[in-house]
Amino acid sequence: MRHTLSVIVENKPGILTRVAGLFARRGYNIESLVVGETENPQVSRMTIVVDGDEKIIEQVTKQLHKLIEVIKISDITQEESVHRELILVRVAADASTRGEIMQICEIFRASIVDLSRNSVMIQATGDQKKIEAMLTTLRPFGIREFARTGRISMVRGSK
Amino acid sequence: MNGAQALLKCLEANGVEMIFGYPGGSVLPIYDALLDSPIRHILVRCEQGAAHAANGYARAAGKPGVCLATSGPGATNLVTGIANAYMDSIPMIAITGQVPTSMVGTDAFQEVDITGITLPITKHNYLVKDPAEIPRVVQEAFHIASTGRPGPVLIDIPKDVLQAQCPCPDADEKPVVDIKGYRPNVKGHPSQIKNAVKLIEAAKRPVLMIGGGIIHAQASAELFELATRANIPVATTLMGIGAFSETHRLSLGLMGMHGTPYANLAISKADLLIGIGVRFGDRATGDVGKFARDAKIVHVDIDPAEIGKNADIDVPIVGDARIVLKEFLKLTPPMEQAEWMDQIAAWKQNRPLKFRTDQLTAQQVIETVGNLTRDKAWVATDVGQHQIWTALFYKFNRPGSFITSAGLGTMGYGLPAANGVQMARPDDMVILFTGDGSIQMQMQELGTARQENLPLKIILFNNHALGMVRQLQHFYCGKRYSGVKMTFNPQFSSLAEAYGIQYYHISSQEAVESTLKEAFAHPGMVMVEVAVDEQEMVYPTVLGGKGLDELIVCD
Ligand SMILES: Cc1ncc(C[n+]2csc(CCOP(=O)(O)OP(=O)(O)O)c2C)c(N)n1
Ligand SMILES: [Mg+2]
Repeated sequence: MRHTLSVIVENKPGILTRVAGLFARRGYNIESLVVGETENPQVSRMTIVVDGDEKIIEQVTKQLHKLIEVIKISDITQEESVHRELILVRVAADASTRGEIMQICEIFRASIVDLSRNSVMIQATGDQKKIEAMLTTLRPFGIREFARTGRISMVRGSK
Repeated sequence: MNGAQALLKCLEANGVEMIFGYPGGSVLPIYDALLDSPIRHILVRCEQGAAHAANGYARAAGKPGVCLATSGPGATNLVTGIANAYMDSIPMIAITGQVPTSMVGTDAFQEVDITGITLPITKHNYLVKDPAEIPRVVQEAFHIASTGRPGPVLIDIPKDVLQAQCPCPDADEKPVVDIKGYRPNVKGHPSQIKNAVKLIEAAKRPVLMIGGGIIHAQASAELFELATRANIPVATTLMGIGAFSETHRLSLGLMGMHGTPYANLAISKADLLIGIGVRFGDRATGDVGKFARDAKIVHVDIDPAEIGKNADIDVPIVGDARIVLKEFLKLTPPMEQAEWMDQIAAWKQNRPLKFRTDQLTAQQVIETVGNLTRDKAWVATDVGQHQIWTALFYKFNRPGSFITSAGLGTMGYGLPAANGVQMARPDDMVILFTGDGSIQMQMQELGTARQENLPLKIILFNNHALGMVRQLQHFYCGKRYSGVKMTFNPQFSSLAEAYGIQYYHISSQEAVESTLKEAFAHPGMVMVEVAVDEQEMVYPTVLGGKGLDELIVCD
């Protein structure tokens, strides 16, 4: 099963290498890993999506905890959370298809961020399902390329 | 004051009395500062020797050992020793010089990314970029290396940082360590401790499985009290040897791949296994699927990641072995376990540990050395058959007195480690059991020993072979022996002479005791070469994929 771990780490050089190295070394499967600043400049938040059964996730968590610079790990898989990814997609488009593509963008609340004679670049955010659905809808037009971030997540509710 | 001087001040403030090291360009400032420091520098002959010596020192002194190397090849020579300390959870501080900050990343002369290289084999490591950080980094390094599950910490310092001026660290006011992500839990969970004791009370066939965690936590007295009060026999892993006196009736000795028949049988038949300070490594468990099949398992360890990693656990307890054992003792009643005691005694009687007596063997020599020195000596070993024979036949009775490379199985560990032990315990007897293969991996450290006038007692088993690998080929490769014969060995007598070491030779059973006594009476360093047969095997042995009760014994 796929788990989402929200990991607070000290904002120090090398921490990404330590985490990534740990996954590689112990043979865990990272699906995505996103790291970025938080409201506190001293710490960063890593959102790690990892695939594995309970036993593996337990080991992943414990081994991550052994890294001195890891401060807190929450497995938010079961929690009410907001998950977001960002995608940029370039889709083949000419005068005859552009209108339809723009309609699709509207439905997915995506926006067109660049335009050329035979393609458009679309930007969309959402959870993984929404992004997948949009890609499926766009595929018949011809996807030239896309770039996608991993997931960032936050638990819902007051804190 | 410069960074190097600040570094030494901080080491001093952390109780460092000696450093094992080797100089080079990038650590010139440290070597210069050493001249004015009360810290002693022990010049080794190769940096790997420095790391193993720091390891032996740490184990005998009960505090972190420190080794020092220059950038590049000096640093990479430390790597085996760092990995070895990591696998055996030995507290160690490795300090390396680095090329100047401005040249880092340019493939400068003698530049290696040693923090990158040692990432998976250190508990933590640092690249210091500002001399003002040195006091905090050193303080943290000692804290991390010696608390929780101990381990090596590496500090890499560029040359310009060592040279830069910085304020003198305040000797009385050590920086307070505050690491948000590092708070080892030492107190076991009370309700889990209660559950464990309930299992002890209900058990009919309990066994204690003891590892290096007991030695590090200095919990042998508490272990002894628990075992004797509730009549629980004690089996140990290689790292746990000595934690419980092997001459005691409750001792089962070594368990695992080369464990005693009674230890392995007891574990296989146990209904309760209490593992303390162990990690259920594959050399201890054999095939985990067949391991302690009838037993509920209680696992006490300071490292939460060890619990449930290898074996399925019924009662997990994260904590310091000594603190948890003290809690056990508050709750555990005296127990008879008469039937189980009879069974253990019967196994010891009918399935004894034995070796052939029709010719001279390493086992006989080791057993004799044990009888002569058990109560006073520190014993280091190298890696191979002689190591396991030492583990089986010496019969240790003092916690921490068996100094061996367990997790990494590093040939060449023995001699430099023995040097470290002797440096920490100048007045005690230190014995090294080594093989003709192993000694040749770090033989240069004889020079370090002589330079420091160490009265080491080296017992060298010469079977003209890499005996342990030969044994593997015997069992797994249909006796096709490949690359295991030492067709050339030096004249060890001449080698000893070259180093000014008193040399003895044993080639008959009759000579064993008298020669050993003579050698041990010699006040200086001695080498006793023992001629042994390459065909001798380590028994018992449990082959790959087998359970501990499927052991092969000597006939
Ligand atoms: C650095 C290193 N290289 C290789 C090995 C594999 N190995 C394990 S035991 C052994 C033979 C050791 O020979 P010796 O020291 O003569 O001891 P013996 O087994 O003959 O008693 C070897 C090669 C090892 N453990 N360490
Ligand atoms: Mg040999």
